[in-house]
Amino acid sequence: MAVIADREGAYAPPVREENYLTWDHSIKSWLFTQDHKRIAILYLISITVFFLLGGIFAMLFRIELLTPAGDVFEADRYNKFFTLHGVIMIFFFLIPSVPATLGNFLVPIMVGARDLAFPKINLASWWVFNVAGVFALLVLVTGGVDTGWTFYSPLSTSYANTSVFLAVTAAFAAGFSSILTGINFIVTVHKMRAPGLTWFRLPLFIWANYATGVVIMLGTPVVAITLFLIAVERLWGVGIFDPALGGDSVLFQHMFWFYSHPAVYIMILPGFGVISEIIPCFSRNRIFGYPFIAFSTLSIAILGFFVWGHHMFVSGQSFYTGMVFSFLTMFIAAPTAVKIMNWTFTLHGGNVIMTTPMLYAIGFIGLFTIGGVTGLFLAAMGLDVPLHDTYFVVAHFHFTMVGGMAMAFFAGIHFWWPKMIGKMYPEFMGKFACIIIFTGFNLTFMPQFIVGWLGMPRRYHAYPEEWQVLNVMSTAGASILGFGFLACIACLIWSAFWGKPAKQNPWGAKGLEWEVCTSPPHPHNFTSIPVVTEEAYSYTGEEVLDID
Amino acid sequence: MLKYIFPEQASTFATRVDPMYYFLVIFSALVCVGIGGLIIYFAVRYRKIEGENRPSKALHSIALELTWTVIPGIGGIAIFAWGALLYNDFANAPEGALEIDVVGKQWMWKVQHANGMREVNDLHVPVGRPVKITMTSQDVLHDYYIPAFRVKHDVVPGKFTSIWFEATKTGEYHLFCAEYCGTEHSLMGGTVYVMEPEDYAQWLEGGPKTSPQESGQFLFEQRGCVTCHSGASGARGPNLMGVYGSTVTLGSGDEVVADEEYLRESIMQPALRVVDGFSPLMPSFSNQLTEEDVMDLVAYIKSLSAEEGAE
Ligand code: HEC
Ligand SMILES: [Cu+2]
Ligand SMILES: [Cu+2]
Repeated sequence: MAVIADREGAYAPPVREENYLTWDHSIKSWLFTQDHKRIAILYLISITVFFLLGGIFAMLFRIELLTPAGDVFEADRYNKFFTLHGVIMIFFFLIPSVPATLGNFLVPIMVGARDLAFPKINLASWWVFNVAGVFALLVLVTGGVDTGWTFYSPLSTSYANTSVFLAVTAAFAAGFSSILTGINFIVTVHKMRAPGLTWFRLPLFIWANYATGVVIMLGTPVVAITLFLIAVERLWGVGIFDPALGGDSVLFQHMFWFYSHPAVYIMILPGFGVISEIIPCFSRNRIFGYPFIAFSTLSIAILGFFVWGHHMFVSGQSFYTGMVFSFLTMFIAAPTAVKIMNWTFTLHGGNVIMTTPMLYAIGFIGLFTIGGVTGLFLAAMGLDVPLHDTYFVVAHFHFTMVGGMAMAFFAGIHFWWPKMIGKMYPEFMGKFACIIIFTGFNLTFMPQFIVGWLGMPRRYHAYPEEWQVLNVMSTAGASILGFGFLACIACLIWSAFWGKPAKQNPWGAKGLEWEVCTSPPHPHNFTSIPVVTEEAYSYTGEEVLDID
Repeated sequence: MLKYIFPEQASTFATRVDPMYYFLVIFSALVCVGIGGLIIYFAVRYRKIEGENRPSKALHSIALELTWTVIPGIGGIAIFAWGALLYNDFANAPEGALEIDVVGKQWMWKVQHANGMREVNDLHVPVGRPVKITMTSQDVLHDYYIPAFRVKHDVVPGKFTSIWFEATKTGEYHLFCAEYCGTEHSLMGGTVYVMEPEDYAQWLEGGPKTSPQESGQFLFEQRGCVTCHSGASGARGPNLMGVYGSTVTLGSGDEVVADEEYLRESIMQPALRVVDGFSPLMPSFSNQLTEEDVMDLVAYIKSLSAEEGAE
């Protein structure tokens, strides 16, 4: 997008000095803002709080797991810790992470629009999210919930006597907020692209968020219904899932995973989008196989809806049902491999610069690849029999969700931090935290593959003595990982106040947000309508870093 | 040291599953090292050098794209096939397996052997003989899991599920509940004792003498099943002789094979599938029988077919 012109003539820099952060300082101007950029910042603050909260619960149960006996906390307390960790990390961190922060901030800018299609709905989304958050906090105050984040019935409906109702309400509302974000993305991408911005000129980050929006729209209503039915059965004893009341508990699993498998793509697709921006930028190279990455995103989004039964090979579904799900699941290997290989080959022949975001992005590829191949173990029906519901599964999905999504999230936050906040984070600290996170992560989750294969079931408060060594390694890793996250967050917060001011395009990156918008952007993003005349990622290799 | 990485291998299924696992471990390691190596190589080989500049190159290559679409696709199908074959082994118990009943409840396993011997949490089985475990739950979902045998299956309330295995080594092995089931989930387990057949026979002798079949027969009379299922022509219910394993034609015209799960359903929810030629007047026993009672009744009905076959 080197050539960018205003409709009438040459592009002129914004006249006013003001940016979206500074034009009004009142609290009201923040809490009721309809500016997608401010809403992104609000979301960033909310999810950081939840991320830390979820992390604290993880630390607590990792402490319990230092010893084989269930001696540090009571069983009920331990069960609440892992349930809250799961509920908070999934519904309050992973699902909103990239779309609600980077997506909200960047989707309008990248398509050259002034805001999202429905700014009020966007604001509503944040408020609904916080209402959900209040419900989540109420769960904590009223003694927690101990059903696991999966809310399997009849445990959740007829047996648990914890705050299940509040917890499903929280998840329900959080799901709603994501639907509002999803609608906005879909409409914005369809209707508000700048002149010249054809579908195949869109940055892949847009494709990723668009596909995510579609999955959110199609999947989330189903989990909403499921959670609602849980509440109905729990409150009024209507037999839907509990066989003792005439229901069917396997039905619950079908409904739950019909959403929750696509939900892993809600969590990971936006991360793919982030990586597709960062790799070409710091390779100073055009992205390899643009259309293949774009279509692999769509095909993952679609295929993702037909594989939910791979969570149920040993739940009592029939052999043939299992076969269909196993077979279809295997096809996701292809689009995933396409992405990984295209990113890798983007480095080929480029001019690679190792900045913090690039380090995170490369860490992402490594960890996500491990997460992906271990998924093959679980998708193979016979092999899933011993592995299902063990720590192998725990390790597998943390590799995709933390090693994948959280790494991508941090990659993206570092990458666009100068744009969003207008300050540079200290590069050395950024890399340092990244390496700590990478090391801690591997030390935490590698041993879990082994202990899972040895037979340790997940959600265990106490375990046989011979597995202590591996569990201690895991807890040690989790401590390092926790320290890494804190270091990373501290470094970013510090830089927001005391960091060096960022130039308009510190990375020498392509894209409207870098080439046209100031850092931080003008309240209206653009002072005149940008016209796009080039494909995305038209790097020449001559771009230079602009940091002092 | 090895036991920290390699789990005990104590069943025929374990010896069949493990090769696939270790094969995939090696395969995954190669994939990860390959991709990781390539990235590191590219990152170093094509690092930015001040003042020099490699102009941007090829956008894509159809040949490469096809390679990395087709190869994972074929690999995926191969892994699917291998996995499905293994599952087929796991799902189909051989004829003549020793039958054991298990009922799960928060937080214990109640086990009953063929001669009526009962135990809680632990499981005694003979070595070298297929064992089929029929399971159900009295409350929430559980999952019967014996890592050394590589078998597990959910234990579902309102339904029978089963696993089978053939132990290959005597010894003591862990038994776990693998499906989260509430407070003491992690304590819901015990030890599997694999014994020489003679030792097992001797161990069985220590137990009570009413077999599930006998208790089943007792219940069949006591609960009045016999009034409708007398076997006489013109009785209100169908003759149950030989029903187990046979193909039953339903009023809807469908046919079902009468396995344990069908028998269970016929007792607990008779109206769901009504036998052709009969009216749905059998009462549901779901509130009157415990899960153990149903197991016993099913064992008895199964024995009816055995007698028939002998005659
Ligand atoms: C009031 C009479 C009556 C009583 C009492 C009764 N049944 Fe039935 N049973 C029927 C009828 C009629 C059918 C066929 C219609 C149907 O499938 O529901 C049937 C069907 C069955 C079947 C399925 C048979 C097949 O050929 O598929 C089984 C098994 C069975 N009953 C077991 C029992 C047991 C065990 C009891 C006692 C706990 C019992 N029944 C008590 C009337 C009765
Ligand atoms: Cu899934
Ligand atoms: Cu359990």
